[in-house]
Amino acid sequence: MSKVMVVTSGKGGVGKTTSSAALGAALAQAGQNVVVVDFDVGLRNLDLVMGAERRVVFDLVNVVQGDAKLPQALIRDKRLETLSLLPASQTRDKDALTEDGVGRVIDELRERFDWIICDSPAGIEKGATLAMRFADVAVVVTNPEVSSVRDSDRIIGMLDSKTQRAEDGGRMEKHLLLTRYDAARAARGEMMKVEDVLEILAIPLLGIVLESPDVLTASNLGSPVTLHNPASPAARAYADASRRLLGEEVVVRPPEERRGFMSRLFGRRAAA
Amino acid sequence: MSEALELPQIRFRGRSFMALVMAPEFPMGDWFAALDQQMRRSAGFFAERPVVVDLTITLAHGGPSALPIVLDGMEARDLRVVGVEGVDPSLLARTRWERVAKSLPGRELALEPLTQAPAPAVLPASLLIDRPVRSGQSIVFEDGDVTIVGPVASGAEVIAGGSIHVYGALRGRAIAGLRTAGAARIFCRKLEAELLGVDRLYRTAENWGPALHGRAVQVLCDRGALRLSALD
Repeated sequence: MSKVMVVTSGKGGVGKTTSSAALGAALAQAGQNVVVVDFDVGLRNLDLVMGAERRVVFDLVNVVQGDAKLPQALIRDKRLETLSLLPASQTRDKDALTEDGVGRVIDELRERFDWIICDSPAGIEKGATLAMRFADVAVVVTNPEVSSVRDSDRIIGMLDSKTQRAEDGGRMEKHLLLTRYDAARAARGEMMKVEDVLEILAIPLLGIVLESPDVLTASNLGSPVTLHNPASPAARAYADASRRLLGEEVVVRPPEERRGFMSRLFGRRAAA
Repeated sequence: MSEALELPQIRFRGRSFMALVMAPEFPMGDWFAALDQQMRRSAGFFAERPVVVDLTITLAHGGPSALPIVLDGMEARDLRVVGVEGVDPSLLARTRWERVAKSLPGRELALEPLTQAPAPAVLPASLLIDRPVRSGQSIVFEDGDVTIVGPVASGAEVIAGGSIHVYGALRGRAIAGLRTAGAARIFCRKLEAELLGVDRLYRTAENWGPALHGRAVQVLCDRGALRLSALD
């Protein structure tokens, strides 16, 4: 049974695209057949993060509108042969997508892949609603800040009302992925704590990804962090998250500080 | 002449009864939705009661073709349409409503005693929501109390005709007493609200200060002012 998973957040810049690429790569590394679909028509980024920007010929809009066949638009990753990308169009806008067209493409993808990961654009408008429309599972990417948490709450409400699964009376499976977490700042009260975010959003925790230069470096190099630096804490967090998505029981590692005692002391003094 | 004498004499009795006069309004969908709600709430009030339909507004807005549709709609709700008024009889010719009475005599009566009579039989309406109310969601229930088992998020709002009960953290807005006015109250397990209102009185978070933040609180109207008090 294939699963359609939307990666969404409401707020922009929280790490949806990075997380889509990392989770997609981690699931593919675990032997699953995965496609990551970029729904951010007009502002496509996923191709850059996955290092496929020089290989884009056709895109999601071409397939939705019937100008290209699905296999023509799919780009297979060079490092992982079970990982594919369906890029967005950079020259069109969200109105180029239709619900029927997206539904058709998703149905076709279901026949070819185990996991269809829909990388949602920010916002709550057409692009975001179409990305979540046909999902079975949702990963809500949230930063530990009040604005991001409130936007995520809004998105959770939409997942429970505007998706096909919700309209059919089913329950959408939702997971919280807390990204850009900084344990030191949370301890100093400059950032929301994990338990505060969980209390407000009241959905199960899929993982905590620490704020780290590894993630940024990987994105800039066009390689999902789970491929680029599998030993890094961020990559391990994404790998653990993907195992949880596959149904394994993996304890969420408490966010530890990676810095030593001296640097912590220094950091605190610098902040004061 | 002799034949007439042999037949029995017909005896008549007189009876007067109250008919409901209803004037469907436009938009028709909304009017019927309101009627359905009214009928659910006080079913006994409509049962077996003859109905006279005043079609003046229907005719003015919908034209002659709307007339049978409206009457069919009334009949589909088991209302006993005994007569119509405000319409030229010829407009109903060749519809199934051709033979319905067009001019029923009678005098207008006020209906207060009728609308109030079935009220005690109807249980006070309440709405139970046993999931979190998420940011951007709006729960509006004008008919009575709202009970929420779960949190009300920042940026969400709950508006009730009666009281509001939140078994969880109240972080958004709660406005109570649309119907019951000053008698309504707001209860919550954990007060982190943005705005609280009862009967046209409201306060924002900065008005009540940090002393009540995070505590179980009730909100009520006290001599024209909103009063917040801790429950624990």
